[in-house]
Amino acid sequence: MSKNPDFVKFEKVDKSYDGKVLVVKDLNLDIAEGEFITMLGPSGSGKTTCLMMLAGFETPTNGEIYLDKNPISNIPPHKRGIGMVFQNYALFPHMTVYENLAFPLRVRKIQKDEIDKKVDKALSMVSLSGFENRMPGQLSGGQQQRVAVARALVFDPKVVLMDEPLGALDKNLRESMQYEIKHIHENIGVTVVYVTHDQSEALTMSNRIAVFNDGKVQQLSSPDKLYEEPVNSFVAEFIGENNTFAGEVTNFSKDECKVKLSNGSEIMANPISVKANGDRTTVSLRPERALINTKDKMDNNFKGKIEEVIYHGDHTRVRIDLLGNKEFILKVPNSSANMDIKMGNQINVSWNSYDARALDPK
Amino acid sequence: MSSETQKILTTDGIPLEVSLKKAERKNKIKAFLLVTPLLLFLLITYIFPIGDMLMRSIDDKMVTKMLPKTFKAMETWDGKELPPEEVFEAFYFDYKKLIEEKTFGKLSTQLNYTKNGFKSILKKLQRKMKKFEDGNYKEQIMEVHSRWANVEYWRAIKERAPNYTSAKYLKGIDMYKNEDGKIVSVAEDRRVHRILWVRTLEVAFFVTVLCFLMGYPIAHLLATLPMKYSNLLMICVLLPFWTSLLVRTASWMILLQQQGIVNDFFVMIGLVSDDARPEMMYNKTGTYVAMTQILLPFMVLPLYSVMKTISPSLMRAGKSLGGTPFIAFWKVYFPLTIPGIGAGCLLVFILAIGYYITPALVGGASGTLISNQIAFHMKSTLDWSFASAMGLMLLSGVLAIYWVYNKLVGVDNIKLG
Repeated sequence: MSKNPDFVKFEKVDKSYDGKVLVVKDLNLDIAEGEFITMLGPSGSGKTTCLMMLAGFETPTNGEIYLDKNPISNIPPHKRGIGMVFQNYALFPHMTVYENLAFPLRVRKIQKDEIDKKVDKALSMVSLSGFENRMPGQLSGGQQQRVAVARALVFDPKVVLMDEPLGALDKNLRESMQYEIKHIHENIGVTVVYVTHDQSEALTMSNRIAVFNDGKVQQLSSPDKLYEEPVNSFVAEFIGENNTFAGEVTNFSKDECKVKLSNGSEIMANPISVKANGDRTTVSLRPERALINTKDKMDNNFKGKIEEVIYHGDHTRVRIDLLGNKEFILKVPNSSANMDIKMGNQINVSWNSYDARALDPK
Repeated sequence: MSSETQKILTTDGIPLEVSLKKAERKNKIKAFLLVTPLLLFLLITYIFPIGDMLMRSIDDKMVTKMLPKTFKAMETWDGKELPPEEVFEAFYFDYKKLIEEKTFGKLSTQLNYTKNGFKSILKKLQRKMKKFEDGNYKEQIMEVHSRWANVEYWRAIKERAPNYTSAKYLKGIDMYKNEDGKIVSVAEDRRVHRILWVRTLEVAFFVTVLCFLMGYPIAHLLATLPMKYSNLLMICVLLPFWTSLLVRTASWMILLQQQGIVNDFFVMIGLVSDDARPEMMYNKTGTYVAMTQILLPFMVLPLYSVMKTISPSLMRAGKSLGGTPFIAFWKVYFPLTIPGIGAGCLLVFILAIGYYITPALVGGASGTLISNQIAFHMKSTLDWSFASAMGLMLLSGVLAIYWVYNKLVGVDNIKLG
């Protein structure tokens, strides 16, 4: 089976509820067949609206959505063949687990023995065999969640949408469910569009992540790329931890630029969104990419004063007053060589200019 | 299991259950004292008067007390032929005593309930009795009026001998005990009550159905609209509660009468001609229209409170799983609203079955219900025992419906809000 690279396609999609504010602006997004894609963003960023448009519960104000090359804007939800897992599971409370799973099959007029087989298979997939006759109210949150996943998959949909399905679970259960959903996806190869505001959830589960903000996709890439190479300061801020310096580009070249900070010092950075001398910029640096007292040769070396030390077991978080930024965070791995970290000490901090990404100003 | 729990002791060695009861007794007494005023109030103003009223439906001591000697003399009379002289004599002295006490009017009313025609002959007897001579009362009384020589009237008197009677209940369903003690229906042209019972059930049933058909969509709208619209709609639903029932019924009279607004409108749009305006009031139509409007909120509110708890994502789930909007509604949404439907229908039906003011005002002759008959006997004929008998029959009917409903649907499934 050759994978279709634009199995789901959003083309120039706009959405407005009140005719004044655009909730989704000019959305162009291709989702490949069998992909696990996550829409990640703060609340109100338009990610759930996109999901609802794909499911058919909202209509795009402008533009078109294609499913397997067919425009679907005029197809009602029940004819789209898209499975959906809702935030609060939306299990039918008056039906048993079996009846819940049989519902999509019954409305498709499938034979009774075929239904039994499919329900059995779906329940064993989420390791809930033997729960057929329970009512949803008799199940724990995690079990209900798994029934909801099984129900969304039982009728072999082309695409499965998941709208923050793990939001109501506690932390441990959420993590184990993340792996479970990921394994199910790997085993059956269905296309999954997953919505969440939890970045760690997105990073663990997805093939690709679309970071939403302000109705737009800020960046669409694989989890590692998203973390390592954020294309703008919103993504850098939203995904993981991040140290920032605001300044002005003084010496621009294609691979490197010099940034003059507000306190007068100059640092070397990797030009990402700056184009010329004089551009305002925010330089973003991941905490683990800055090292202390290192012997390696690096092109940024500065001295800072330790303001706070927090012990985390495997690593120690150190807050440093560096180049006028009092919130500069360092993660120092726990090793015998780094025992001299004490509050008030002066310390050498260095990093490679390649890791300091000069992004758009905030 | 229970034997094991009994073995559990507290640290002091007292059985746990005993200790628990002791600890909770104080709270129970406190709780009881808190509700005592209400309990007393209900007892005095509700349970006792209603119980007393209901007792009247079977109580027949009044006549028994007024004619003690007569009934004693009648004990040996078989009722086939005219009673012997002793009965006439006893009746004469009983009646004479009543005349002296000036309570004979009550007797004539009471006997007239049992058999028409007593009023006039008792009055005549009262006038003639002043000239009666001692002895041979049978002939003297029979001479007053030919009816006194009719054995049926004497049987009617004997019927009132027991302290308790079921006659009022039989009358309520157009039946009576005939001369042989058999229970038979009254002549067909005099069966007024059965028609009323059937009509009451019919009206209550159709009003419930109409309320359901109209209330369900409104309740759904209320539960799904955004807050600012649903609040306004809710006020519209509740508005009738803030207006007097009489005012609302009177407005229907203005609207529905032959020269009323609705008829004027029909004529204006050419639906009916001016000289053939339909009668929409003083018949069943009026009763249906006005009662449905007045009882509608009682259907909407329980439905609304149930629908409010149904997550909109359930309908979406139903659709995304491939159900057409109708299937999603019928298989998912509708079953979840059954508790509300049950509560609303039961409420409206029970209210409708005993409805009084509206049918009395807009019902006319063909639109009145059993409650109007009860009121008629309370106010006009003053046959309170008959009114109370019919009231109790109505009450037991409602309880029977409640029981059937409980068997079919289960009262636990009712949700009033």
